[in-house]
Amino acid sequence: MLKIENLEVSFDNGETVVNAVRGVSFDVKQGESYGIVGESGSGKSTVLRAICGMAPTTGGRILLDGKPLPDPRTPDFYRRVQMVFQDPYASLHPRHTIDSVLSEPLSIQRFDRRDQRIAQALDDVGLGQGFRFRYPHQLSGGQRQRVAVARALILEPQIILLDEPTSALDASIQAEVLNLLERLRSERGLTYVMVSHDLAVISHMCERLLVMEQGLAVEELTRADLRARRARTDYTTKLLKASAGYTATE
Amino acid sequence: MTTTRDWLLSDRPASRRQAKLGQSYRTWLDFRTNALAFLGLLIVVALVLMAIFAPWLAPHDPLVGDLNHTRLLPPLTEGYWLGTDDQGRDILSRLIYGSRITLAVVALVAVIATPVGLLVGTTAGYFGGWVDTVLMRITDIVLAFPKLILALAFVAALGPGIENAIIAISITAWPPYARLARAETLTIRNSDFIAATKLQGASSLRIIWKHIVPLCMSSVIIRVTLDMAGIILTAAGLGFLGLGAQPPQPEWGAMIAGGRNFLVDYWWVAAMPGMAIFIVSLGFNLLGDGLRDVLDPKRQK
Repeated sequence: MLKIENLEVSFDNGETVVNAVRGVSFDVKQGESYGIVGESGSGKSTVLRAICGMAPTTGGRILLDGKPLPDPRTPDFYRRVQMVFQDPYASLHPRHTIDSVLSEPLSIQRFDRRDQRIAQALDDVGLGQGFRFRYPHQLSGGQRQRVAVARALILEPQIILLDEPTSALDASIQAEVLNLLERLRSERGLTYVMVSHDLAVISHMCERLLVMEQGLAVEELTRADLRARRARTDYTTKLLKASAGYTATE
Repeated sequence: MTTTRDWLLSDRPASRRQAKLGQSYRTWLDFRTNALAFLGLLIVVALVLMAIFAPWLAPHDPLVGDLNHTRLLPPLTEGYWLGTDDQGRDILSRLIYGSRITLAVVALVAVIATPVGLLVGTTAGYFGGWVDTVLMRITDIVLAFPKLILALAFVAALGPGIENAIIAISITAWPPYARLARAETLTIRNSDFIAATKLQGASSLRIIWKHIVPLCMSSVIIRVTLDMAGIILTAAGLGFLGLGAQPPQPEWGAMIAGGRNFLVDYWWVAAMPGMAIFIVSLGFNLLGDGLRDVLDPKRQK
């Protein structure tokens, strides 16, 4: 469904050129949940931004249903692909009520039955009507992230890009949000591309994953590989070891 | 028991209107705790009421005095509590009518300069690149003009009068707002909520107007309120130099100029309008400080 071919992204700030992504390819099937892992600065979030047209793509192709994406992206693309951001404290406008956060995409994309859709979206993410006219500062981190998920879902997209959706939340809330995402995926047949540095989260959520290091794709693993700790490259072995060490002392 | 207060402070507002009113009410509660800011608000409200009800409040005609009987009466004279000027006009009445001119200057400058500054600043900040460079260099150029001197040149070219003074002040007043709005825009243009809005297919106009402007608004409003005092002083300065409001209009700056010739013997003629300018400027400054305390977006609660 979503195919990335040899993607290259570089940021040019006049003096130095930073090659954030250097030739990454992967392929996401419909209904699949695909993970991208790597340490900070490995370019994993940049891949997601490049898919949305928010990072300067300098090479390679991004195909949706076999067709290259137009640049800039069309409104139709945004209806099919949505994104949930890492920090729920930064992804909601501080002066907008939840109601206006959710009604804005509907009015941009000219959806009908807005009231019902907003009510439905709030129920879907387990918030309910009582939250509709609150401001973000009246919500907790987990509740905010639910609103962000509702905002992504309200346009009824097929693909959702998840940029470390739980890393800013504490452990119990993390599980709640992950379960919510799991449920929504199975109910609606959504396709996920999920970025995380947390291997436990990825192995819980994703069938396949890509390991990235310094802008390069190191290797692709299946969930079974990850659980059996079958890694072909040194880097992945190191990464697995590091996460195991972390879990042992937890 | 549900009171209006509970309804306003409800954690679970049931409509858009309730959420909005509740938010304003919280800001108001916050503002009320600051005594000095409240004093500033009272002064400004008093100025507005004085301007609206001038014909009913003023005891005498502000333009025509009795040259035979009431010339240069000292303050606290029966019926002329602030004294009279050299043409026998009641100073209190002139001050009350003068508040209309002062308020008009302040309101018009705010209405002209604020939107221009916001528009230029947010556009420059949001688009960046050459748009930013061009707009901000223009801003820098205008910022380099000395306010009073440009106003003087402008009024000299177009002829003296309060309208031209307002235009001249507005032209020099907007650049600080543009800079402020641009700085605010730069801090929010790369935030996730703007990215999320872009991902919904929002146009640049929509993002600037609905997402960036509301966040710049509070700091600009604070700045405008604090600048009010300066604007009043500039208008009074032009009036004093004879380039603003023209006689017999009871403009405060012009009134000071009128009393200057006999300052030593009849001090009140110049001192009373001076007091009025002082009090109103102080009121706007106190109000601005108070607004900064409650509206500053960086002071997260």
